[in-house]
Amino acid sequence: MARNREGLVLLIDVGPAMHSVLPDVEKACSLLLQKKLIYNKYDEVGIVVFGTEETGNELAREIGGYEHVTVLRNIRVVDEVVAEHVKQLPRGTVAGDFLDAVIVEMDMLIKMYSAGQKGKKRMCLITNAACPTKDPFEGTKDDQVSTIATKMAAEGIKMESIVMRSNLIGDAHEKVIEENDHLLNLFSSNAIAKTVNVESPLSLLGSLKTRRVAPVTLFRGDLEINPTMKIKVWVYKKVAEERLSTLQLYSDKAPPTDKFAKHEVKIDYDYKVTAESTQVIAPEERVKGFRYGPQVIPISPDEIETLKFKTDKGMKLLGFTEASNILRHYYMKDVNIVVPDPSKEKSVLAVSAIAREMKETNKVAIVRCVWRNGQDNVVVGVLTPNVSEREDTPDSFYFNVLPFAEDVREFPFPSFNKLPSSWKPDEQQQAVADNLVKMLDLAPSAKEEVLLPDLTPNPVLQRFYEYLELKSKSTDAALPPMDETFKRIMEQDPELSSNNKSIMDAFRGSFEVKENPKLKKASKRLLRDKPSGSDDEDNRMITYDANKHKIDIVGDANPIQDFEAMISRRDNHDWAIKAITQMKKRIVKLVENCTDEGDKALECVLALRKGCVLEQEPKQFNEFLNHLFELCQERKLSHFLKHFTSKKITLIPKSEAPDSDVVDENADDYFTVKQEPMLES
Amino acid sequence: MELDPDDVFRDEDEDPENDFFQEKEASKEFVVYLIDASPKMFSSTCHSEEEDKQESHFHIAVSCIAQSLKSHIINRSNDEIAFCFFNTREKKNLQDLNGVYVFNVPERECIDRPTARLIKEFDLIEESFDKDIGSQTGIVSDSRENSLYSALWVAQALLRKGSSKTADKRMFLFTNEDDPFGNMRISVKEDMTRTTLQRAKDAQDLGISIELLPLSQPDKQFNIILFYKDLIGLNSDELTEFMPSVGQKLEDMKDQLKKRVLAKRIAKRITFMICDGLSIELNGYALLRPAIPGSITWLDSTTNLPVKVERSYICTDTGAIMQGLIQRIQPYKNQNVMFTMEELSQVKRISTGHLRLLGFKPLNCLKDYHNLKPSTFLYPSDKEVIGSTRAFIALHRSMIQLQRFAVAFYGGTTPPRLVALVAQEEIESDGGQVEPPGMNMIYLPYANDIRDVEELHSKPGVAAPRPSDDQLKKASALMRRLELNDFSVCQFANPALQRHYAILQAIALDENELRDTRDETLPDEEGMNRPAVVKAIEQFKQSIYGDDPDEESDSGAKDKTRKRKACNADDVKYDYIELAKTGKLKDLTVVELKTYLTANNLPVGGKKEVLINRILTHIGK
Repeated sequence: MARNREGLVLLIDVGPAMHSVLPDVEKACSLLLQKKLIYNKYDEVGIVVFGTEETGNELAREIGGYEHVTVLRNIRVVDEVVAEHVKQLPRGTVAGDFLDAVIVEMDMLIKMYSAGQKGKKRMCLITNAACPTKDPFEGTKDDQVSTIATKMAAEGIKMESIVMRSNLIGDAHEKVIEENDHLLNLFSSNAIAKTVNVESPLSLLGSLKTRRVAPVTLFRGDLEINPTMKIKVWVYKKVAEERLSTLQLYSDKAPPTDKFAKHEVKIDYDYKVTAESTQVIAPEERVKGFRYGPQVIPISPDEIETLKFKTDKGMKLLGFTEASNILRHYYMKDVNIVVPDPSKEKSVLAVSAIAREMKETNKVAIVRCVWRNGQDNVVVGVLTPNVSEREDTPDSFYFNVLPFAEDVREFPFPSFNKLPSSWKPDEQQQAVADNLVKMLDLAPSAKEEVLLPDLTPNPVLQRFYEYLELKSKSTDAALPPMDETFKRIMEQDPELSSNNKSIMDAFRGSFEVKENPKLKKASKRLLRDKPSGSDDEDNRMITYDANKHKIDIVGDANPIQDFEAMISRRDNHDWAIKAITQMKKRIVKLVENCTDEGDKALECVLALRKGCVLEQEPKQFNEFLNHLFELCQERKLSHFLKHFTSKKITLIPKSEAPDSDVVDENADDYFTVKQEPMLES
Repeated sequence: MELDPDDVFRDEDEDPENDFFQEKEASKEFVVYLIDASPKMFSSTCHSEEEDKQESHFHIAVSCIAQSLKSHIINRSNDEIAFCFFNTREKKNLQDLNGVYVFNVPERECIDRPTARLIKEFDLIEESFDKDIGSQTGIVSDSRENSLYSALWVAQALLRKGSSKTADKRMFLFTNEDDPFGNMRISVKEDMTRTTLQRAKDAQDLGISIELLPLSQPDKQFNIILFYKDLIGLNSDELTEFMPSVGQKLEDMKDQLKKRVLAKRIAKRITFMICDGLSIELNGYALLRPAIPGSITWLDSTTNLPVKVERSYICTDTGAIMQGLIQRIQPYKNQNVMFTMEELSQVKRISTGHLRLLGFKPLNCLKDYHNLKPSTFLYPSDKEVIGSTRAFIALHRSMIQLQRFAVAFYGGTTPPRLVALVAQEEIESDGGQVEPPGMNMIYLPYANDIRDVEELHSKPGVAAPRPSDDQLKKASALMRRLELNDFSVCQFANPALQRHYAILQAIALDENELRDTRDETLPDEEGMNRPAVVKAIEQFKQSIYGDDPDEESDSGAKDKTRKRKACNADDVKYDYIELAKTGKLKDLTVVELKTYLTANNLPVGGKKEVLINRILTHIGK
């Protein structure tokens, strides 16, 4: 195995207690393998499940024991088969012993790779760790775990445990859980192992690091306190955005018969004097120009080289300041981490002493950095302490870039105190808001912090890989709807909202908002943004599904909402016409079946009118109103017509929709004029 | 081939925020600086922090403008500006009015985009001011001369250029005279006040805003009530709100001008959904964005005219030029999975673009590494949704009081992100607002964006060295000694950017010498060399390293990954010249080729052919 490859064994608990979360486990693991297929296709993967009815592993065959542990796949280079395989994990029948499984797994890794071999050996245990483990033949469990852990450390095997604790039911024994947690902790302190406790499927998806990035230092050198005192440090990226892979351009120009076609696309740049001319300027005839006011100033490469700002590699301390002096929103970029050079014990000490003292006194350090020699610019940033909770991890600093004077656009904003009092909340409203901020709590002390960035996966990437998988099977596969699990990122947790329903209702009630009536065009925009059902509906409509939630028919139950939703659909103009046509049918039906009030019909007519004005379809409405009028006369539904008059439903005049051929005056007395003769008859 | 990297590597779907921002920036602004040049501006002085001496008010005004001009040409070079001195001895203006001098340089209209020459000459204006322009009180009661009136008239005439629909028009008025008609007979005073106010009002009716930057005497505050309140059209309520604390110091004045020159521009309108059925309207502002040296324009080196760049996509198999949207492929499972651009953008479109509240967390849950890019400032607006401000303020207050931040999902970026909304209380200082009240939206990373570097540096079972109490004490003493006084986050000018523009200016003006730019980011050597500081550092060093500071103990094995040693000439095993002559360089491996390149300090990047060519060129020399 080469230096930059990884051998990974997934160790998955498939016991009965895990069944409910296995679909999510499958999802997480398949994403992991998918990414390996793309980015690390020489990595090797094995899968072991435990809690199965049957037993199938080498140790059981060789020395017996190790029951209910099944090797689904031996460690081999990752391939399509395993990516498929992991999506159909067996459902086990017995409570598995994770210690047995770990031993089996370790055995596999050791047999596969000798200790001296380069590359990374990683095991990933996914379990709820709620089932009892067997006592070893000799010694205590603690001894056993310590031995395993030490062995793992010696072999250079990394262990990652993801403990799923969402669905713990009463029958899970507290004692067992306590013991298991203790054992897992023992692993952490004796081997390169970490345990992540997750409670929601979302954090389960986020907890498995699916993309392996080889850590590369950005800088190795001195953190200079002054020219005589230097600390040896290494700087890495702590945060770097994982982007969608850059897809290659594809050319379909080559004839299908050409078997050796590469289908590649080359991007060519031509530099011409003018757009029309065909004269191309050679690279040496070009010079870079920079805009300066109305002028463009040419600068030759030599001039740039001799005149430009020159930098020397290094990190220099400028001084310390109060942490409160650096407001959080001044952090400009992704974050780096400054760790002491691991081979220099004194540097580890020096960083630790400063970091701990910084934390103690709430101070931060300001540093000036040049990561490489000849870098175009310097960076000024802030070091904040990262004091480790783990004994065996050295303390370090986080590094955040701070803005330069040129980067700040300071605009004055009116002070809240000086705003008119009608814009400010009163005491009661403030109390309601306090309550909301307190109760809509994502970090309750008793439970897992929800939506922790460290455990929240990127929905777009998830969706892309899912789509990629589907497309690889069938080229015209449809884009899958957004995974339900990801709703927790995009919407309020329904459980949290319903627990706090009264608070939410109070908030809604206390803070009424209304669209500014003076802004016609704008309010139109808002109406489209959220049909009167609920804004949530609209959200879901666009977000999750292409068809399921989209309203395409004006139903019986909520005709007005359906109509509004439908008419505001923007994917096709036909929807507006369809909505109008269906609404008309619905109204006619309502009028025909109407026995008593006919209020509903009236409201529908009003909604239709509003919609027709918005969509500028006056003719549709006016003709319909005429039709409706005739219908009422025909059916002798005079009481209905009275309603129309009382509600002042009129034709749509020119002033509301320029396309209308009804003059304003005529619109108003439409019913009065037309009604008279009828009443007489 | 050298390319503009920005152009080649630009992401197809880069943050739409950028485009939006640029579009907004494209709108133009016309500014006239009206500077009082009366003798009083020269005789009054105030204290300057920087130079630590007394400076005349005139100097303060001119140097503020000079500074703002420099940022103008960098950030908003489309704006057009003019300078107009009043209370001058000489006159120069189209209307031929006394006491008003419109300053300009050749090759430029009176109101025009700033040029390098304008900046340079304005920088030097004080030297020649007395000779060319001269100071003379222009408000004379007997002759009914009124230079303020004339100045407003001239400025308004200058601002006739451009449509008020597409451009903002502003006047900045610098003066230290709070009562220009103070010592006149009542009847004359009333008359002059009336006509001057009318002139200002006429200008305002034409869509020109007049902004006042008053200077105070050390012993006497500038009293805005006396006259200028009416001129700039403030009513009593607004007086306290919009009237900046009157400038006493040069630095304050610079700050104020800087804040006011940049017009407030909404970067984005955001709908904030607090809960089902309750959405409020917010405006997002980009208050912090890295300033960059502007894009590169390629020029024809013989004519210095811009070159037209054409990009074409060529099929490598057939040489045909590809038209329209090109499909993309992702190699996956031994096949090429194809995507259309439309499909890719569908994948990314998972949200309506709203900001959706998800809940609240205590502030300590927001870690220092939870950051990806510059934050966006949010301020409420009642323009479209009445009641937005009230709900926003209520949440803002609660969040500050309970020390919590909001977690929300923001669909307005690609990809949509979880964001932290951190409430910021207003902070004010003498110079005005330091931090505006509102919320800062901080973009949070996703799980896969965060790397576990700490784990990499852990040695299982081996406790990391921790400092002793004495070492901590020494560290603490060191930190106290190295405390920065009055540090403010953005006090440093970007040295590379400053240098870049200094180069541009020098080349534009054909100057031989480069304007001196100071690198403010270097440590304060003087301070570092103070005996007490040196001692504190020495003691800390002593406590950590002991007596022999050079002896760094290596704990553990030498790092194996670190071994790409610089090759020296001894490593050269081959006679490259001979190989090159016989054309056998291609038989060597890339590593061997690179040995030669490193030994001769040549770049080692590129494919094998490139490397060979580079060696051949080198030997050829």
